[in-house]
Amino acid sequence: MWKNLMDWIEYRLPIMRVANMHAIQYPAPRNMNFWYMFGFLATIVLVNQIVTGIWLTMSYNPTAEGAFASVEYIMRDVDYGWMLRYMHSTGASAFFIVVYLHMFRGMIYGSYQKPRELLWLFGMFIYLALMAEAFMGYVLPWGQMSYWGAQVIVSLFSAIPVIGPDLVIWIQGDYVISGATLNRFFALHVIALPLVIVILVFLHIVALHEVGSNNPDGTDVKRKKGSLSEEEKTKFVIHEYYTSKYDIVDDIVPFFPHIVLKDLVGFAFFLLAFCYVMFFNPGMGGYFLEHPNFEIANNLKTPEHIFPVWYFTPFYAILKAVPDKLGGVIAMFAAIIALALLPWIDRGKVKSWRYRCGLHRWNLIVFAGVFIFLGYLGGTPQENWKITASQILTIMYFGFFALLFIYSKNEKCLPVPARITE
Amino acid sequence: MKKLIILLSLLMPMSVFAAGGNVHLDKANYDLTDKASLQNGAKLYMNYCLGCHQMQYQRYQRAFNDLDIPLELGQDNLQFTGEKPGDHIKNAMPAESAAAWFGAPPPDLTLVARVRGADWIYTYLRSFYADESRPFGVNNLVFPEVGMPHVLQELQGVPRKTLEQHMVDGQMVDRYVGLKSDGSGYMTPAEYDGAVLDLVNYLVYTGEPTRLESESIGRYVLLFLLVLLVLVYLLKKEYWRDVH
Repeated sequence: MWKNLMDWIEYRLPIMRVANMHAIQYPAPRNMNFWYMFGFLATIVLVNQIVTGIWLTMSYNPTAEGAFASVEYIMRDVDYGWMLRYMHSTGASAFFIVVYLHMFRGMIYGSYQKPRELLWLFGMFIYLALMAEAFMGYVLPWGQMSYWGAQVIVSLFSAIPVIGPDLVIWIQGDYVISGATLNRFFALHVIALPLVIVILVFLHIVALHEVGSNNPDGTDVKRKKGSLSEEEKTKFVIHEYYTSKYDIVDDIVPFFPHIVLKDLVGFAFFLLAFCYVMFFNPGMGGYFLEHPNFEIANNLKTPEHIFPVWYFTPFYAILKAVPDKLGGVIAMFAAIIALALLPWIDRGKVKSWRYRCGLHRWNLIVFAGVFIFLGYLGGTPQENWKITASQILTIMYFGFFALLFIYSKNEKCLPVPARITE
Repeated sequence: MKKLIILLSLLMPMSVFAAGGNVHLDKANYDLTDKASLQNGAKLYMNYCLGCHQMQYQRYQRAFNDLDIPLELGQDNLQFTGEKPGDHIKNAMPAESAAAWFGAPPPDLTLVARVRGADWIYTYLRSFYADESRPFGVNNLVFPEVGMPHVLQELQGVPRKTLEQHMVDGQMVDRYVGLKSDGSGYMTPAEYDGAVLDLVNYLVYTGEPTRLESESIGRYVLLFLLVLLVLVYLLKKEYWRDVH
């Protein structure tokens, strides 16, 4: 009976075929380490944001008059509304934590290199959409930081020559940030951008499965059809979509159950950290929920310091490092574009930093340090030394790409093993 | 890398230096499980603060329930103008007049502990001092030129800056040593600190009424997750045993 029903459906809708192809019998290199769980975690957080977001929308009031009070209504009067709200707010920060780690994984193991350029680009588009999503979401509680943060970010567009000032009014829907702005940001935050993100994530995964997962060795687990003996081929059941095109080396495991179980271990660790923050310290000392944002937006009272939330602060520091406003905006966007162009800036043939030159390894580590330090500078009150520091660090940020471009041309690399090593 | 280390070592002492500029805040050792303290804080709030500062997101009944105050007792002693138990804690002061009287309308205090922090409020309410140049005759060390009178004066008395004379370079110089009440209030300094702490406790509560509930649920969640982690780990190990 059950089987008949499943067959009836399968005949009309390829549920099992797609599940086998993309989830169950997808070949994944067996040496994927903990760095490889952040994509899975990002998907989980995305689902969390969508589900909690739907329930928050049920009680949220997207007007300048009612937004702040409706958030407090959710926190106090809605059953477990506080939990939904903290899941959503903690999820926003968690999203960026896992996405930054996911991106850094791609950088150290060269996952952006040929043939994964498009995969990397889709990832960068997701990151961009995510930043827009997070920024607009942060405006919705209509606290002081929501308002003044929006003021700072939206006014960046005024630096664009000729059309700048008109563009700002067009974005705001008013001459100042107002209820009209809040309302349209709400629309973009709950419908437009989530839709874009979900579509991009879909494309990201499709593109990944087309070229296959990279791994810490950077060794390809797919070989030309007919080049491997039966002995060398994997014994696991792999979907014919992959086996019909390639011979798959005996260095892989199926996505289910092996990778899923591994990801679930990471997921349990992640949830422990997530739930600790959510239940015990949702504000994270003012980093996840900024203190001034518990005060209702007031367009006559500028806060003492205006910072974006922590995940934007590295770019905010770059913005402030350039004395000229337009120059700052250009530098900020260039910082993101440089990342997107990584597949073409890196001219190396070897993927993983395990087999690349020592300079490359140090370059990556320093880059990570620079990014964190920029974040510190962009997220703490302005002081004189910080301007100089952020200028030096901005140069170091772009220096990473310049150096990479230069040394990757004729880089002395170690031989990459033919088979996965561990 | 070397560049970074040099930069870091150069910047570290500066950041330590930079942190020292602010007013010292006393630590408020509030305790959200201390119902007596919270009840006393609510009493102080309704009697001394509510006249000017609303708590427009907090409902009376919610506070009564969370603070173990019987409804009738709460209605008789904490609601003064016939509000319903489910009403928000509001006052009758018109915002325009308030702005004219004080320079700015007194802010809503539901979330003040989340904006300013408990330590700030605790120190602020203990830092008023007599200053004839101000309209209300008082100023504040934490919030200079504040537009608020010392509402708790009948409890604390009138605090004055105490100065000690010191010889500096052959000249007598007044040095500020602290605030001291003139003793006209009906509380001792220790009692006053305790009362302010109760008030802070209540403000921390209203800033996030679900804090204790959140932590009690959270403990079970973390416990569950630890068990889940062990099980998932063992399952993963079992499945990966044969992968070389």
